[in-house]
Amino acid sequence: MSYLADVAALTRKDLRVELRARDTLPAMLLFVLSTLVVFHFALPTGTADDAAYGLLWVAIVFTALLGLARAWVPEQEHGVLDGLVLAPCDRSAIWLGKTLATLVFLLAAQVVALPAFVLFFAPLDATALAGVLLANLGICAVGSLMAAMAAAGRARELLLPLLLLPLVIPLVVGGVGAAISPEGERYLLFLGLYDGVFAVLSWASFEYVVTE
Amino acid sequence: MSSPSDPLTSSSPIRSLPFLAAVAAVLMGLAIVLALVVAPEDADQGLSQRIFYIHVPIALTSYFCFGLGAWKALLLLWREDSRYDLESYVAIHQGTIFGALTLITGSIWAKASWGVWWTWSSNQLVLFLVLFLFYCAYFMLRFSLEDGPRRARSSAVYALFGIVLVPISFLAIRLAEDFIHPTVFTREGPQMTGTMFTAFCVSWTAVTFLAYVLYRVELAGKRLDADLRELREALAS
Repeated sequence: MSYLADVAALTRKDLRVELRARDTLPAMLLFVLSTLVVFHFALPTGTADDAAYGLLWVAIVFTALLGLARAWVPEQEHGVLDGLVLAPCDRSAIWLGKTLATLVFLLAAQVVALPAFVLFFAPLDATALAGVLLANLGICAVGSLMAAMAAAGRARELLLPLLLLPLVIPLVVGGVGAAISPEGERYLLFLGLYDGVFAVLSWASFEYVVTE
Repeated sequence: MSSPSDPLTSSSPIRSLPFLAAVAAVLMGLAIVLALVVAPEDADQGLSQRIFYIHVPIALTSYFCFGLGAWKALLLLWREDSRYDLESYVAIHQGTIFGALTLITGSIWAKASWGVWWTWSSNQLVLFLVLFLFYCAYFMLRFSLEDGPRRARSSAVYALFGIVLVPISFLAIRLAEDFIHPTVFTREGPQMTGTMFTAFCVSWTAVTFLAYVLYRVELAGKRLDADLRELREALAS
């Protein structure tokens, strides 16, 4: 039970920092809306809806990257991570707290972005929405681990997209498939498999990434 | 890793390297002769099918190197012995080199049999491209972190992600695309004549052995470098 309390406390800490500083979320919102506007001009008129679904996934992945690049910055700047690692809690709780906080930011950005997508481009059905939700879990779980790895490096902002993009290609396949395929459930199943496998792997390996 | 005071223990495996390299060269020569001269011409694809004897062993060796790298990474996290860090890194380095060769030979084969240098409908090629990008990022990660146990563990974690990414990506690409890559092995066993199968097995052994020798040479070189650096530091202080 205390593990869950630790996770909740860490998530609350991140959300409170964001509420006070407003560093990440407004940037993510503005970015995803600007991207959708850019896509309107990038898509020639008369393009099929399928192309728009593909671009939605590009927008989601890059918005998540924007949020993840900022995820560990407060910890790095003020040496908070050292304190958290020394704190008497399981280290994987730090990862889970950060994953949940990033997930909240990404969902908040999508609450604006998805209606905007429907308004500008094409409708989204229940399977497509389920695909977005499942892929969010995978992006945030893997992304917060990769961001912690990249944050220790010299070129952290450059490194994170390079580390993360090859890993999220399967999520894009699943998400686009759920949106456009008549057998969308198969893709949802695949997204669930990805989430399960990589969440367990990230959860188990976080400790090794942050300890000196 | 051996201490600088006993350089002999780290250099003694080096003495066997010229012999191993000679064996690899002979095996590779034999494989090339078997593949180009002895094996019968494929009835369907003709001469271009002969690249199969090089392309497929290189691809399998590349997977093997990535697997070895992940295994050494697991040992590093498990036993916390820093020598596994270098072994994992060298294995992944070899895997990436063989992965690049797979992309090049696959591209040549695609041009010969389908008339295009690249096709997204070939699952294996797409999978290799994804893996190639992933493992290039491994080197970016490694060179961006300070040398030390944290770099070793971060690299190891990334290497483990890589080996899990292989089946997941394969599944994703299967879901995304039709399956048109020429399948030589099926569930009913290899669709090859006896000589073809022998040539393939010899090529596979030769390429794997070559990768093993390259792995040993690079490892020995990197270890000598590290020993030399330690000796220099010991002399300077």
